[in-house]
Amino acid sequence: MFGSNLPLFPEQASTLAPRVDTLLYFLLGVSAFFSLLISMSIVVFAIKYRRRSDSERPPLILGSLGLEIFWTAIPLAITMVIFVWGAKLFFVSFYPPPNALEINVVAKQWMWKVQHPEGKSEIDELHIPAGQPVKLLLTSQDVIHDFFVPAFRVKKDVLPGRYTTLWFEASKPGTYHLFCAQYCGTQHSGMVGRIIVMEAPAYATWVGGGGTGGSTTAAGQKLFQTLGCATCHLPTDTGRGPSLVGLIGKTVALQGGKSVTADENYIRESILEPRAKIVRGYEPIMPIFKGSVSEEGVMQILSYIKSLTPAEGAQGKK
Amino acid sequence: MNDSVPERRLHYLNASYGLKSWLLTTDHKRIAWLYLVSVTVFFFLGGFFATLLRLELLTPQGDLVQAETYNKLFTMHGVTMIFFFLIPSIPAVLGNFLIPLMIGARDLAFPRINLASWYLYIIGGLFTLTAAAAGGVDTGWTFYTPYSSIYSNSNVALTVIGIFVTGFSSILTGLNFIVTIHTMRAPGMTWFRLPLFVWSHYATSIIFILGTPVIAISLTLVALERLFGLGIFNPELGGDPLLFQHLFWFYSHPAVYIMILPGMGVISELIPCFSRKRIFGYNFVAFSSLAIAVLGFLVWGHHMFVSGQSIYAGMIFSFLSMLVAIPSAIKVFNWTATLYKGSVSLDAPMLYALGFIGLFTMGGLTGLFVAALGIDVHVHDTYFIIAHFHYIMVGSAVMAYLGGIHFWWPKMTGRRYPEVLARLSALIIFLGFNLTFFPQFILGYLGMPRRYHVYPPEFQALNVLSSAGASILAVGYVLPLIYLIWSLRYSPVAGINPWKARGLEWQTPSPPPTDNFEVTPIVVQPAYAYDEPDEPEVIYAPEKAAHV
Amino acid sequence: MSEPEAIHLHQFDDPVQQHEASWLGMWVFLGTEVMFFGGMFLGYTFYRTAYPQGFASASNHLDIWLGTINTAVLICSSFTMALAVRAGQIGQNRLVKIFLCLTIVLGIVFLGIKFTEYYQKFEEHLVPGSDFRFEGAFVSSAEIFFSFYFAMTGIHALHMIIGIGLLATLIVKTARGRFSATYNTPIELVGLYWHFVDIVWIFLFPLLYLVGRHLE
Repeated sequence: MFGSNLPLFPEQASTLAPRVDTLLYFLLGVSAFFSLLISMSIVVFAIKYRRRSDSERPPLILGSLGLEIFWTAIPLAITMVIFVWGAKLFFVSFYPPPNALEINVVAKQWMWKVQHPEGKSEIDELHIPAGQPVKLLLTSQDVIHDFFVPAFRVKKDVLPGRYTTLWFEASKPGTYHLFCAQYCGTQHSGMVGRIIVMEAPAYATWVGGGGTGGSTTAAGQKLFQTLGCATCHLPTDTGRGPSLVGLIGKTVALQGGKSVTADENYIRESILEPRAKIVRGYEPIMPIFKGSVSEEGVMQILSYIKSLTPAEGAQGKK
Repeated sequence: MNDSVPERRLHYLNASYGLKSWLLTTDHKRIAWLYLVSVTVFFFLGGFFATLLRLELLTPQGDLVQAETYNKLFTMHGVTMIFFFLIPSIPAVLGNFLIPLMIGARDLAFPRINLASWYLYIIGGLFTLTAAAAGGVDTGWTFYTPYSSIYSNSNVALTVIGIFVTGFSSILTGLNFIVTIHTMRAPGMTWFRLPLFVWSHYATSIIFILGTPVIAISLTLVALERLFGLGIFNPELGGDPLLFQHLFWFYSHPAVYIMILPGMGVISELIPCFSRKRIFGYNFVAFSSLAIAVLGFLVWGHHMFVSGQSIYAGMIFSFLSMLVAIPSAIKVFNWTATLYKGSVSLDAPMLYALGFIGLFTMGGLTGLFVAALGIDVHVHDTYFIIAHFHYIMVGSAVMAYLGGIHFWWPKMTGRRYPEVLARLSALIIFLGFNLTFFPQFILGYLGMPRRYHVYPPEFQALNVLSSAGASILAVGYVLPLIYLIWSLRYSPVAGINPWKARGLEWQTPSPPPTDNFEVTPIVVQPAYAYDEPDEPEVIYAPEKAAHV
Repeated sequence: MSEPEAIHLHQFDDPVQQHEASWLGMWVFLGTEVMFFGGMFLGYTFYRTAYPQGFASASNHLDIWLGTINTAVLICSSFTMALAVRAGQIGQNRLVKIFLCLTIVLGIVFLGIKFTEYYQKFEEHLVPGSDFRFEGAFVSSAEIFFSFYFAMTGIHALHMIIGIGLLATLIVKTARGRFSATYNTPIELVGLYWHFVDIVWIFLFPLLYLVGRHLE
C-alpha cells in the first residue's frame, strides 16, 4: 500500500493473515473510538469549563455508582470479546492440521538451516508450495531465536534443548521476509532470510531436483543402523529397549508410576538424555547420545521413527 | 523588629549548610533532592544512548556504530531508564518529599533507612556505570538465558550486581512508605481522606516489597551460572532457559505498574486542583490502584505467548491481562469526569496531566492489542511493542513526573518557574513524543523486529519520521532542565499555596521547615474539598504540638 | 537503674507509635525475604518435578546426620532466642545477655557443621562447576540439585551470619543499658528475624536432605 517508499500495511500471504488483520481492524476501531471519546471530552471540557474568574465555585459532585458500573461493564464486555476472538485465532495457529508438510529447521547464531523431507536443504531460505499447510519443527543449537514471517502473521521462539513447532498455509506465491525476532547476539539483525512461495507444481519440480543424501527418513534410517539403535530397539518389545513402532503419539508408562505422551520432544530427549525418563520394565542402560549426533541428525532419526507405523511393520518405508 | 530587614525564616534548605549536611541527612525532603539530581543524571544518560540509537536508525545500514555497539546501546538504554530513572523517579523524588507532608507527619518512619536507600541506589548505579565504561553489556535489559548466562562476552555479572543492589533501594523505600502510611497519619487523616497520591504509592510499595526480591534472586542465579558454570538455565546441562523468563517477568511485569502507578497518583492530584473540583469517584480510584497492583502480579506470562509455553498458559494469561486493563480504564473515566463542570485552568502541570490522560489511553488500549493472543503472535518482539510501552513509560510516566515536578516546585524550592516556557515545553514534548513513537506502531505491524541494528530499506521512511520526532522530544526535555535551574535564582518567590490547592503539604510554608509542621495538624476535611475553600482544612491543638 | 535515653525518635508522636512502626517494618521486611527465598524454592520445585529420580539420587549423597543435628541446633537456638526476648520484656538484662550468647553459640555450631558439610562435598567433587563428578545415571539433574543445594543453603548461611552480627550488637547494647521493660523493641525484632531464618531451614532440610530417603 502506498508504494514501496512508505509502506503502511504488510502483505497478506497466508490463510491466517486476513483473520489476524480483521481482529486488528476491530481493535483499531475500538481504540480510535475510546481515544477520540476521551480526548474530545478533555478538549470540550477544558474549553467549555475554562476558568473565567478566580472566585468560581464548581458544584459538589462526588461520583455516580451508576456511571462507575457502566464504564466498568462496557470495557469488561469489550475486552472479553477481544480475548475470545484472540484466543480462537491463537488456537488455530497453535495446532497444525494433520496433513501438513513437515520441514525441519535448525537455528544457530546467525543462520537458518532448513531440511526438506525429500532431502533438499537450504540456508536462510525456505521454499514452500502455496495452498498447502506447512509445519516447521524448530530447534536451536545455541541461544533462543525466533522464526518470524510478517506476511504470514506467524512467529515462534526457537529454543535450545527442545523442539517448538509453527505452521502456516501460504496463500499466494511470492518472496517474503523471514526475520529472527528474539535477540540472539551480535548479528541478530543479520539473521534474516526469505520465504519463497511457489505454485505447487513448480515447488514439486524444485524439491525433486537432486537433494543430497536422499530423504530425511532414509537418512534417519541410516543413522538408526550406524549408531546402533537397531541392536536394542527391535520391532517387538523383546529387545533390551522398547519397540519404537507406532511410538509417536502413544502414551508411554514410565518408571516411578508416571506416564507421558510420546511427542517429538520426548523422542528427542530419549535420544540425547535417555536417563531422564525410563520406560517401565526396562533398565537405564541406553547410551547417552548427546554430543554424538547433531540436531539435524536427531530430526532425521525422528522422521524415521515416525515412519514406523504398525501397518508398515518394523522396516518402515522409503 | 526592623521592617527593612526581613526575618530569615529557617526551613529545610537553609537549616544547615555543607556537603556533609546533605550527604548524611536523614530529612526526607533533602533525600528527595539527592534522588532528584541522581535520577536526572541517569535520565540524560539513558537519553544519550537513545539519541545514538535513533541516529543509527536513520539509515537501513549499520553505518554509525558496529552491531555489537548497537546491541550494547539498546541494552544500556533500557537498563538505565528502567532501573535508574523510571522505577525510582516519582516514588523516590516526589513520594519521599510529599508523603510525610501529605499525611501530616514529621518524616518517614525510618529516616536512616531512607538515606541508606539512596546510597544503595548510588552504589548500584556505580556498578552499572562501571560495567558501561568497561565495555557495556549486550544482552538486552531482559537478560534472556542462555545468551546472558553462557554466550555473551559482555559485562553481565557487573551489571546484574548493579541492578541487584539498586533493587534493595526500592525494597527499602517501599517498606518505609508502607509503614509510614499505616502508622504515622496525623489525627483525622483516615484512609479515605488520604490524597490519592498516597494511595497510589501504597499500592506501588506493595509491588516493591513482593516483586523486587524475585528479580534479585533471578539475576543472582544468572550471575552464579556465569561465574561458576552451574547449569540451572543451560539446556546442555539439563537446565531450562524458560525458567529464567518466568522468574524474570514475575517481577518485571509488576515493575511496569511500579512505573505507572505513582504517575497516576500525580494526575489524581493535578486534575482536582486545576479543575477546582473534588475527584470524581474517589473510592473507585483508590481501589483501582490496589486492583492494578494485585492483578499486575498475575499476568507475567503475556510476555511469553510465543515462547513455547502451553496454549492453556497463554489463554489464562491473556484473560487476566484483559482484566488488569479495567481498573486503569476506570481511572481514566474518573479523571475525565472530574473536569465536567469544573473550573479548568491550563497551567503547565495541567497540560502535562491532560497529555498524560490522552497518551495513557492510547498506550493502554494498545495493551489490549498485545494481550490478544492472535495479534500478539504477530507483533511480539516488533516495534509495535516498543511503541506500546513507550506510550506508557514516556508519554505517560515521564509526563506525570514532569507535571508533578512543576506542580510541587514552589513547595520544594520556594520559587515559581517561568509559566510560558513551561507550557511551551509541555507542548513540544507532547508533539515530539507522538512523532517519535506513533510511526513505530506502523513499523511494528509491518514486521520490523526490535533490537535490529540494520533493517530492510522499505522501513526507512517511518524510521526517519521517528528519529525526527526524537530530536524534537530532546529539545522538550532540555528546556525544563535549563529553566528550572534558572528559576532557583531568578523566579519570583512562591507563597505558601500559589495554586490554592487543598492538601496538607500546602498548609505549611514553602519551603517547609525541617520538621514539616510547626504544630501537628488535625484533619477535619475530606480530600480535595475544593468545594469548601473557606472552610479550614485543618485545626491545631496545642497538646498535639510536635516534639522539638 | 536510670531510664535509658533516646528511646523515642523525633519522627514519632509517642513510643507506642514507634513500636508499632518498627514491628510492622520488620514484618514487611520478612515478607520480602519470603519472596527472595521463594524464587529459589520455585526453581527447586520445578526441577524436582522434572527430575524426581535424579534429585533423589543426589539428595542421598547429603549427610543426613549432620543435617538432622543442624536442624536440632537451630530449633534450640530459636528457643534460646525466645527466652532472650522474654527476658528483655521483663527487664532481666543479665538473662538477656546469657540467652543471646547461647543463641550465638548455637548459631556458630550450625555454621561450623554447615561448612564441614561444604568441605566434604568439595572433597567428593560434588560442587557444581568444571570439577563436578557424579556416578550413576543422573549427572545433569544431580548437578542442578547441588546448584540449588549450595545456592539455598549458602544464602541461608549468609542470613545466619548477618543474624549473628545483629545478636552481637544486641549484647553490646544490652550491656550498655539501652534496654528495659519499657523499651526492648530491637530484641523483639531481631527475634522475629532469627525465627524466620530458622523457619527457612525447616523447609530447606526436608526438601534437600529427605528426598526419596525411604527408597533404601
